[in-house]
Amino acid sequence: MISTIDIFLYILILLSFFCLFRIIRGPSIADRMVAIDIFGILVVGICALMVIKTERKFLIDIAITWAILSFIGTITLAKYLSRKKLNE
Amino acid sequence: MNEILSNVFIGIGVAFDFFGCLGLLRLPDVYNRLQAATKSVTLGTWSILFGVFLRYGFTAVGVKALICIPLLFFAATVAAHALIRGSYIFGIKLWDKSVVDDYKNEWTQQR
Repeated sequence: MISTIDIFLYILILLSFFCLFRIIRGPSIADRMVAIDIFGILVVGICALMVIKTERKFLIDIAITWAILSFIGTITLAKYLSRKKLNE
Repeated sequence: MNEILSNVFIGIGVAFDFFGCLGLLRLPDVYNRLQAATKSVTLGTWSILFGVFLRYGFTAVGVKALICIPLLFFAATVAAHALIRGSYIFGIKLWDKSVVDDYKNEWTQQR
């Protein structure tokens, strides 16, 4: 029996494959970084849906942590792109 | 009742995510891609988390989902701004059919 949450979860996993396609095929380095950023935001949504599907309460903590780590990673990549050190 | 409302919110969020990722896949330029993807994917994930909050109410899971919303808003928008500014400085060209480049004057005045 496929519930509504399952369908939403499958759609989100398909969308993360879109992001993976852009990471593989991206013409420039900035395209890959944009796709990594979007992928991080999508995984937060997937974790939030997995809480409803599997009733495991710790997954929402993983969602919060993933949001913070995705932010830090994207800021680091942006600093690398603008050719600066991390402390300026 | 709460379950139906939370399913509606999650459905809206998944639709926003879908259109954002479609923009990421189809648009021609890194600037177009980011401005299509970041805004709608952030709003869609906001809607999914709000649906989780509506389903669980003021329990531990619901409040954590509610905490995650402003965190995601500030983090995603600031990261997207830094990323697009970095890629402009890195020297990635605009699409050849783009008509206006306002940041060019400002960037040449700064240095």
